[in-house]
Amino acid sequence: MMSFYFGRLVEIFPFFLTGLWMTVKIAFLSLIICTILGFILGMMRASHNIFLKRIIGFYVAFARGTPFVVQIFIVFFIFPEWGLQLDAFPAAIVAMAIMGSAFVCEIVASGISSISKGQWEAAASSGLSKLQQLRLVIVPQSLKVIVPPLVGQYVLLIKDTSVVSVIGVTELTRVGWVTVIRIPEGLMVFALVGILYFMISYPLILLSNYLEKKMTV
Amino acid sequence: MLANFNFRIIFEYLPLFLTGLKYTFIIAIVSLALALIVGIIACACRISGIKVLKYPAIAYIEIIRSTPLLVQIYFFYFGLPTLGITVPEIQTGIFALMLNSGAYIAEIIRAGINSVDAGQIEAGHASGLNYIQRMRFIILPQALGVTIPPLLGQAIVLVKDTALLSLISVMELTRSGQTMTSERFMPSEAFLTVAFFYMVIYFCLKPLADWSQKKLIFREAY
Repeated sequence: MMSFYFGRLVEIFPFFLTGLWMTVKIAFLSLIICTILGFILGMMRASHNIFLKRIIGFYVAFARGTPFVVQIFIVFFIFPEWGLQLDAFPAAIVAMAIMGSAFVCEIVASGISSISKGQWEAAASSGLSKLQQLRLVIVPQSLKVIVPPLVGQYVLLIKDTSVVSVIGVTELTRVGWVTVIRIPEGLMVFALVGILYFMISYPLILLSNYLEKKMTV
Repeated sequence: MLANFNFRIIFEYLPLFLTGLKYTFIIAIVSLALALIVGIIACACRISGIKVLKYPAIAYIEIIRSTPLLVQIYFFYFGLPTLGITVPEIQTGIFALMLNSGAYIAEIIRAGINSVDAGQIEAGHASGLNYIQRMRFIILPQALGVTIPPLLGQAIVLVKDTALLSLISVMELTRSGQTMTSERFMPSEAFLTVAFFYMVIYFCLKPLADWSQKKLIFREAY
């Protein structure tokens, strides 16, 4: 029986590859959005505007304090009530962006705050504007502190894309879930799904370990 | 936006949410306790020089860390019955959470042990302590302080991870929101309430984690 199901599984392997492609697409798109949004929010958070800090602080607390499943349900089921109807794929990207940018924001903010005050003062006395100080002096230095945990965060975000299967996006986990109904060999099907995830995230984990070793002096 | 937010229905469903909250607590606490045991064992194997223990531990930690928790949950949920093991969903869920958090906790403890200065271990050697004594009197007391803040961080993550068990129909907090949505079709009321409860838990644990972090930095200053 087992070998019969194994044969079936090999037969429908292309289906898994389309799922993998969808996972990669979601991960890639949302990582780009998360990084951009996260850097903007992180710089704002590191500023001295109390009002901005409070708002971003609350947003970050919401994104970090509630499970991602609940956030997806909020985006997919509640946003329509507020007049924003989204299909499954855009909803997945929006939910990933909301969650991920909060985590990236925290990493960026703590990286920026690790830069000594003297650097800010030196940049200010060179006649740079606030934005130039950030862009030319502070952020390039803080990248050393930001990049290793950022890559680690990317791994977590890629793994979190598995949760968007709950709203019916046909990505890798969803493919496994659909398959296991036809091929009732849970261990085999989800081992295959796991191997495919492993192939994406393990190189990134190794990269993150390497960066951590290299960048901490 | 929230003009017709119906509080009455939330109060009507409050017992359901409270049951959900209770199960979320139970699942989180039980799996955290089990994960600590698994983590300590895995870490002990990982840092031991014995190859038969070391490599399986490395494989376990790396496999868990590079696959999503949801896939692990489904792996056991759909996989255990094919092996002839049928247990209630909640036990499958706790088992998956235990293995998942255990791997992360093993790494946290290992980082704590590695953070102990090499000179300390040499001093232990020089004082004629054996491996177990060095661990007990020199390394672990110092490592313990470093591991507590990330362990609390892992506890926060674990509470959020319990939400995934709603997908294998364990009746916890998120599931109670889903139940209410399917009965009354009021997703705003249901999921915002669920989010509110998770936020309450988060705001209880986060200050604790921050406080322990601060305490630690303070102590290191000496």
